[in-house]
Amino acid sequence: MPNQSPLHFSLRQLSSALHTKKISSVELTQMYLERIAVHNSTLNVYITTNAEMSLAQARHADARLAKNNSHALPVISNLTGIPIAQKDIFCAKDWRTTCGSKMLENFIAPYDAHVIQQFNEAGAVNLGKTNMDEFAMGSSNETSYFGAVKNPWNHDVVPGGSSGGSAAAVAARLCAAATGTDTGGSIRQPAALCGISGIKPTYGVVSRYGMIAFASSLDQAGPMARSAEDLALMLNTMAGFDERDSTSLQRPPENYLRDIDAKQSSSSQPLSGLRIGLPQEFFADGLSDDVAQAVAAAIVEYQKLGATVVNISLPNSKLSIPVYYVIAPAEASSNLSRFDGVRYGYRAKEYSDLTDMYQKSRAQGFGAEVKRRIMIGTYVLSHGYYDAYYVQAQKIRRLIAQDFDHAFKQCDVIMGPTTPSTAFKLGEKGDDPVQMYLSDIYTIAVNLAGLPGMSIPAGFGKNKLPIGLQIIGNYFSEAQMLNVAHCYQQATDWHVRIPPNIINDRGL
Amino acid sequence: MSININDVHKIARLARLAITEQEAQAAEAQLTTIFKLIEQMQAVDTTGIQPMSYAQDATQRLREDRVNEIDQRELFQTLAPQVERNLYLVPPAIE
Repeated sequence: MPNQSPLHFSLRQLSSALHTKKISSVELTQMYLERIAVHNSTLNVYITTNAEMSLAQARHADARLAKNNSHALPVISNLTGIPIAQKDIFCAKDWRTTCGSKMLENFIAPYDAHVIQQFNEAGAVNLGKTNMDEFAMGSSNETSYFGAVKNPWNHDVVPGGSSGGSAAAVAARLCAAATGTDTGGSIRQPAALCGISGIKPTYGVVSRYGMIAFASSLDQAGPMARSAEDLALMLNTMAGFDERDSTSLQRPPENYLRDIDAKQSSSSQPLSGLRIGLPQEFFADGLSDDVAQAVAAAIVEYQKLGATVVNISLPNSKLSIPVYYVIAPAEASSNLSRFDGVRYGYRAKEYSDLTDMYQKSRAQGFGAEVKRRIMIGTYVLSHGYYDAYYVQAQKIRRLIAQDFDHAFKQCDVIMGPTTPSTAFKLGEKGDDPVQMYLSDIYTIAVNLAGLPGMSIPAGFGKNKLPIGLQIIGNYFSEAQMLNVAHCYQQATDWHVRIPPNIINDRGL
Repeated sequence: MSININDVHKIARLARLAITEQEAQAAEAQLTTIFKLIEQMQAVDTTGIQPMSYAQDATQRLREDRVNEIDQRELFQTLAPQVERNLYLVPPAIE
């Protein structure tokens, strides 16, 4: 009976099975570790696993469950005993933390990121560190020093990036849920291409402490999972004020399950009154037919659920790519200056003097895309170009944010495609950085404005590859967005589809 | 606006990235394409628009000036490429 396998359980079902001792955390962790042993050589989703450390956490969780101590935790963030995959951008004490780079190939984190600390306090098990584009710079996972991740739906195509390892791990049932980070679409785009759900919260909701920095004014962590309900449970654990992140927002804690749990009357129109904004710019040239059709069908489904549709415009959204490719590299060139081969990280074997040591360590430790972005950033910040590039980009960033302000006067959420097409072939855009950059056309503006955005599965396109529906909300509307996604997932079954050949006859 | 090979060498030096002539030529071509994309910004009239550096114009919190870190030198230095007598070793910078 394959459906009895815990692989199909929601996080709440898993938590309940653990609390009622139907399964132990050690059994669950073993099951995932065995699956990883079978599938990781093909999919390459984990950079590092450490069975001993994962099982130690699982035993600790079982002890806690036996004493029922975990009941002291709020039920809404009770992940005690649940195996979670962590993107390899989060420092986890005593775990190798590489950020997908040769620069940190041997870096053992000496402390926990705030996100990791929150999972540890919730009793979750760290199942391993997932593959990613080097320093989160990429949209296909091909820039990882540890090799590309394969998309579980089709091994010839990319899983998306930069959180491609996490997305593929969730899709291939190699973890119960995972973490990701999103600077220009790095949660939503791989979620779309791998057929899973992911949310990037409002900037400042999840602490960046211990999360290796790429572009500090854009970076935001969030959960990746199989359903909106699972995302809400994960976000309840991840979110929260942290004084060690100077841009962490001081707000009262929220229960992101709140709207999902507020029992809708058995109404067949649970979303009646919801106004969905459709930006004309998201449905213009460049959108492939199969994605356009799937998004249109999802909107029809939303109308059945009671929502109404408003046509809106985000006139400056087309500028989001040039603006992003000034601001993000500028911040990256500054953030990555810390990798100099002195206190930690890679140091070149041979060098003549101090400058030569810096230059060779960085040239050998960073991959091509990272170096490219450091160079762009250095240039736009250099004397004579600062105003023309960096300041101009920041001004247009405000115009992009204002477009959303205007739009949210007419609608409650904005919907559109997450990506212009389904997953592209491995190697297809490898030699052309601009083509790669253009694949983030629908996601980047959300980061520039600091708004929450999510992607949920909404069908399949040509070659049977998954398609993502993007939902953009106003600041701090995550609970509402998660419920909007949840209602769709109650009415459809795209989110429970499983990639071929990933679960055997015994349901494992 | 185009980027020439001298610009590439200058940027690489500023960014402390060793670069071969061959890599510089490849970078020149790629950066030129990327800056063609970035140039779209120049057509936008931004007179009177305030630059936006953070979402919701958030400002960074200040904290009290007090010591809040404990000494973890030994732990941190286990990660260093070269350490001697509790000091990080680098090649001599001054003769």
